[in-house]
Amino acid sequence: MLAEHGEATLLAGGTDAMVEINDGHRRPAGPVLAVNRIPDLRSWRHDPASGTVTIGACVTYTELMDPSVAALIPALAEASRTVGSPQIRNAGTLGGNLGTCSPAGDGLPVLAALDATVTLASVRGTRSLPVLDFMVGVKRTAIEPGELITEVTLPVVDGWQGYAKVGVRNAMVIAIASACVVLDRAARTVRVALGSVGPTILRCPEAEADLSERIDWASMAVAAPDLARFATLVSAASRPITDHRSSAEYRRHAVGVLARRLAQRALTVDPAGATR
Amino acid sequence: MSEMEIFSLHVNGERRDVTDSWLGESLLDVLRDRLGLVGAKGACEQGECGSCSVVVDGDLVCSCLVMAASAVGQQIVTVEGIAPPDAPSDVQQAFVDAGAVQCGFCTPGLIMAVHDLLDRTPVPSDTEIREELAGNVCRCTGYGRIIDAVQRVAVARVELSS
Ligand SMILES: Cc1cc2nc3c(=O)[nH]c(=O)nc-3n(C[C@H](O)[C@H](O)[C@H](O)COP(=O)(O)OP(=O)(O)OC[C@H]3O[C@@H](n4cnc5c(N)ncnc54)[C@H](O)[C@@H]3O)c2cc1C
Repeated sequence: MLAEHGEATLLAGGTDAMVEINDGHRRPAGPVLAVNRIPDLRSWRHDPASGTVTIGACVTYTELMDPSVAALIPALAEASRTVGSPQIRNAGTLGGNLGTCSPAGDGLPVLAALDATVTLASVRGTRSLPVLDFMVGVKRTAIEPGELITEVTLPVVDGWQGYAKVGVRNAMVIAIASACVVLDRAARTVRVALGSVGPTILRCPEAEADLSERIDWASMAVAAPDLARFATLVSAASRPITDHRSSAEYRRHAVGVLARRLAQRALTVDPAGATR
Repeated sequence: MSEMEIFSLHVNGERRDVTDSWLGESLLDVLRDRLGLVGAKGACEQGECGSCSVVVDGDLVCSCLVMAASAVGQQIVTVEGIAPPDAPSDVQQAFVDAGAVQCGFCTPGLIMAVHDLLDRTPVPSDTEIREELAGNVCRCTGYGRIIDAVQRVAVARVELSS
């Protein structure tokens, strides 16, 4: 159907798309294809053999907050809980978050930190690409005409993971800065992804490599100065702008604090510890 | 104006034909302007205020963000479908008793949200109420009496069931 109507507008939960339509009283140019009741896109599955979870594009935030998801991908459940209000979480989908590709999309840092794979389908066939290649820029993606996001695949990682954001209030707020931190105990690596501090979601290779080396993985401990340097390196990796929501300076500072606090939840911090 | 869309919706247990809608029109506008159900209120038209809250297939949503034509085949419940006019629901009565209604604009959306909240969390804490009602903005009450109303219903329902 999408092939027949190349110019069709895709509609999932409508929480981004309808805002635009209401705003300009803009009638969709061509046909609208509502995809959010397609059963295949509405479900998710855990594949223990490959150690992955695959989430259909139209799974909602409310569904992603479920304890069954939280047990496998805690950071995604946590990020989902920070989205909008119950009304928004009941309608908004992970596929729509990817489709919009706002740097403030709360699902996106989690997908980036976990090196998720996005699967796209069209009459030409299906293709999968790393989420970091999918997100091209501010509200720009690698989706080609006639393509549909069908699902996202994430690894189940052994180790602590979490997501946090700063906004002007506690609920119903777009992130001024956000971070997802994942500790992969098997690979002994830390992964960090940042939201709202660049044109799209950013990873922090230097901060990740540095903290990975300095954690005592046997005891899950870190020396306080090493954690402080982690915050500095995360801030340095950000590329924020000043806009109506916040200043670049505040964002740069806040994102380092967020990442440090997240890491702190996962690790025992030795205040007197010598740097490793 | 582009071609008119003709479809029917299931609202409050009844089939309602929509004959004069445009593709892309929100469920809120169709309910109010095409079907005469003006309980759901339109204010922000961007999902921020919650005054247009309705239930679609069991989920509380902002009707301003639902494309009406995409709700074909789904069960829609608006505030008009919560209770008959002469017999308010326990939540509606508690709003009156607690003084949780001032100008009343946000009330229909809040009634929908509070029913949904208490269905999922029968005995909520004040913090849970605040978090769960974050999508419903009230500019008069300061929320204190709304929280009071929710707690009255929670207590009354527990007493009723014991
Ligand atoms: C009041 C309010 C509060 C919000 N708060 C937050 C927040 O806290 N955090 C946050 O991240 N977001 C927030 N949002 C934004 C929005 O809810 C999310 O981005 C959500 O994930 C969008 O999903 P959707 O299903 O509603 O997308 P839609 O609006 O249906 O679609 C969004 C875009 O993606 C495209 N699309 C949808 N599905 C697919 C698909 N399967 N394949 C290809 N393209 C597709 C659409 O064509 C459209 O361009 C908020 C929105 C509102 C209105």
